[in-house]
Amino acid sequence: MTTKLPPLVLHLLAALGCLVLLVLLTLVTDPFTNLRIATVGYYLIAVAGLALLTGFNGQVSLGHGAFMFIGAYTVALLVKRVPAFPIWADLLLAVLAGGLAGLLAGAAAARLHGPYLAGATLALAVGLPAVTQRFPDLFAGSNGLSFTVNSQPAGLVGVVPPTRWQSWIVWLSVLLALVVLANLARGRLGRTLRAVRDDEVAASLAGVHVGRTKILAFLVSSACGGLAGGLQAFLLGTAAPGSFTPALSLSLLAALVLGGLGSLWGALWGAIALVYFQVWTDDFAELLSLRSDIADNLPLALYGVVLIVTVLAFPAGIQGGVRKLWVRVRRPAPSQRGES
Amino acid sequence: MTTFVNLTLGGLSSGAVYAALGLSLVIIYRATRVVNFAQPALALISSYLAYSVTKGTGSYWLGFVAAIVAGTLLGVVVERLIIRPLRHAGELSAIIATLGLLLLLQAVAGMIWSNEPHAFAYAFDFRGRFSPSDLFAVLAVVVAATGVLLLFKFTPLGLRLRATAFNPEVAKLVGVRVGAMLTVGWGLAAGVGSLAGLLATPPFIFPTVLDEVFVYALTAAVLGGLDNPLGTIVGGLVLGIGLSYVSGLLGAELVPLAALAILVAVLAVRPSGLFGRATARRV
Amino acid sequence: MLEINGVTAAYGLVRALSEVTLTVEEGSITAILGANGAGKTTLLRTISGLVRASAGTITAFGEDITALPTDRIARLGVAHVPEGGGVIPELTVEENLRLGALWRTDRADRAAAMGEVLELFPPLAPRRTKAAGTLSGGERQMLAIGRGLMGRPRLLLLDEPSLGLAPMVSAKIMGVLRSLRADTGLTVLLVEQNARSALSISDRGFVLALGRVVAADSADALLADDQLRHAYLGF
Repeated sequence: MTTKLPPLVLHLLAALGCLVLLVLLTLVTDPFTNLRIATVGYYLIAVAGLALLTGFNGQVSLGHGAFMFIGAYTVALLVKRVPAFPIWADLLLAVLAGGLAGLLAGAAAARLHGPYLAGATLALAVGLPAVTQRFPDLFAGSNGLSFTVNSQPAGLVGVVPPTRWQSWIVWLSVLLALVVLANLARGRLGRTLRAVRDDEVAASLAGVHVGRTKILAFLVSSACGGLAGGLQAFLLGTAAPGSFTPALSLSLLAALVLGGLGSLWGALWGAIALVYFQVWTDDFAELLSLRSDIADNLPLALYGVVLIVTVLAFPAGIQGGVRKLWVRVRRPAPSQRGES
Repeated sequence: MTTFVNLTLGGLSSGAVYAALGLSLVIIYRATRVVNFAQPALALISSYLAYSVTKGTGSYWLGFVAAIVAGTLLGVVVERLIIRPLRHAGELSAIIATLGLLLLLQAVAGMIWSNEPHAFAYAFDFRGRFSPSDLFAVLAVVVAATGVLLLFKFTPLGLRLRATAFNPEVAKLVGVRVGAMLTVGWGLAAGVGSLAGLLATPPFIFPTVLDEVFVYALTAAVLGGLDNPLGTIVGGLVLGIGLSYVSGLLGAELVPLAALAILVAVLAVRPSGLFGRATARRV
Repeated sequence: MLEINGVTAAYGLVRALSEVTLTVEEGSITAILGANGAGKTTLLRTISGLVRASAGTITAFGEDITALPTDRIARLGVAHVPEGGGVIPELTVEENLRLGALWRTDRADRAAAMGEVLELFPPLAPRRTKAAGTLSGGERQMLAIGRGLMGRPRLLLLDEPSLGLAPMVSAKIMGVLRSLRADTGLTVLLVEQNARSALSISDRGFVLALGRVVAADSADALLADDQLRHAYLGF
């Protein structure tokens, strides 16, 4: 690397490159794949947010689905009640709502450690969606809210298929958010987060405000969750409590570990795994023409096995493997002897 | 007044189940500092075995015994195969590994017994307020919990288990086979967990039947303080009765929210639960 | 009784012991002396199997214990009282003591051992049912040594028993060790920073510096060697 561009510019250029690649990718794939690509996008930002909280800051959240829930319902309610708002404003408000909820959750959680935090966040994931049952007039109970978003500029209607357009919007938002995250992670905040994770006492002796840092991590991370939920609602045109089960929260965490905890790249692999694992195992089950009991449960069983094997044998996750490979490609070993 | 009594009694039997499942979490947490997210799945497999044995032999009690034995063995196997290799890995590793096991076992249960619900018998008549079945649930949990507490407090095995939990290195220095104690602890916990599962499963069994109970059991354990067995039992009963009031007086849809509210309120005041020790820094 | 032969041990890349060779005679009190970080604690931890020797052998009672697990070594009759005592504060005084003898099968003798220990350390007797966490520093150290003695060990490893204690309390503990050796023929390997007090009850002493044995002699000779005292023992 000879360029001396500031990180923000680098990140923006990288995001632009990714966006171009993704647009090209959606142009050569069918609407069904477009939808999946968009799904990877919003899972990516949810898992990336969790990476900041859990990977960088060491706070284990089993309830990140709750922030997606908030984002999704924010967008759904805004689209239905305030149709005059453009979609980008809805999404921005979803980010704010998620962040606000995260601020509250983080303030409550800052004193909690390990399993206590895990238990409390799991209760959040279980408890929050129950709000929809309590206020059925506003949230439409377990059926959830359905709506249509007309986000496409008039000139593009009929030219670009709606799913393709939506996947562009999703990825544009996700990449923008990732640029912000990447800058935060590389900067002072990233170092502070890690310092608090590694040793709270040492960090506070070094002048870090531990409580504030932990709350900030929660805030940023749940704002990402809010965006992810908002994008999901935008993409699917619904927000229903059934999509925000504790299982969702747990699979976000699982995806993070599977992808690799230490970096935002891990979130990408995790999100891809989250979406495509199901697809591939479904195909696989179909290929073997298994009994439906077995076929239906195969993805779950394999996902479980993959998680266990990852933790036992590849604790650095997919990104750990990728990094090793990258190092080997960039700096080929001078001699093959001694390499195992 | 009768409503009040009814709600209290109803809460008592569900609270007993939370307490038992919570106790199984605490036994493991104390010994290995792992929250066993696979616990509902271990209990699920034992419940399914009870279902099959009862169906094959016609005897509820044969199924009951088979389930507890099988649950205990499962706990032992899980400790040996998955938890022991993770001894020196971080907290998150154990969470993810047990979550993975949860997914795997639930899926396996669905493969063997199908995702469709099957009728699952109560031990006794379950009709009426505080039915014989409710009474049995409370008594069974009281007996099991007392047994576990007495075992911990008054037997040499219990002393070894506690020493291992509090300070494994010192336990080794006084000749305790620490590895074996961890295995015993997991077996014991999974046995208690299976009992809780058998009590919580009826009237229907399906792969995710115990998920909700597990969340409340974890809430109970966190409420009570994760390293305090007695506190967890109290936490379970309080939570069961409290949620029963909420459900009866305010509406069943509020129960998950109420559980969250209780948990947040307690943890705001006492971050290590009602009866938990202030967590010492583990380096 | 105990033979340590060319033992090397390391934490990661940091070498804590380098080819340490020493012998402890049956029925003797042997002191391991040296400054902070000299490897004294590591030596004891290596003997009891908490740290694995990367080279060399350790033989106790004629048996090679180099690769044995810690609990097996303990059940052979090696009682290791770690630095700070390792008393479990959540357990009662009596439970802590009972823990020391759990591995022994002779029930009657376990009860007898309890009686003897309480007699040896009178302050413990009235606090039997109290949590060990409520004890004072000196009482904790007594409890820790008492727990070690509960198993009727053939070899007692003591890590800094007088650390942080008032001189009178520490003198009392040293006195107990001396009389134990006289009465029961107990073999003691004693790690101390307070070299003068350790040597006052010891037969032999070994001085460690940076993980190596730099001096080995009778306690009297070590006490008399001014140069050594100034260089390594700091008094």
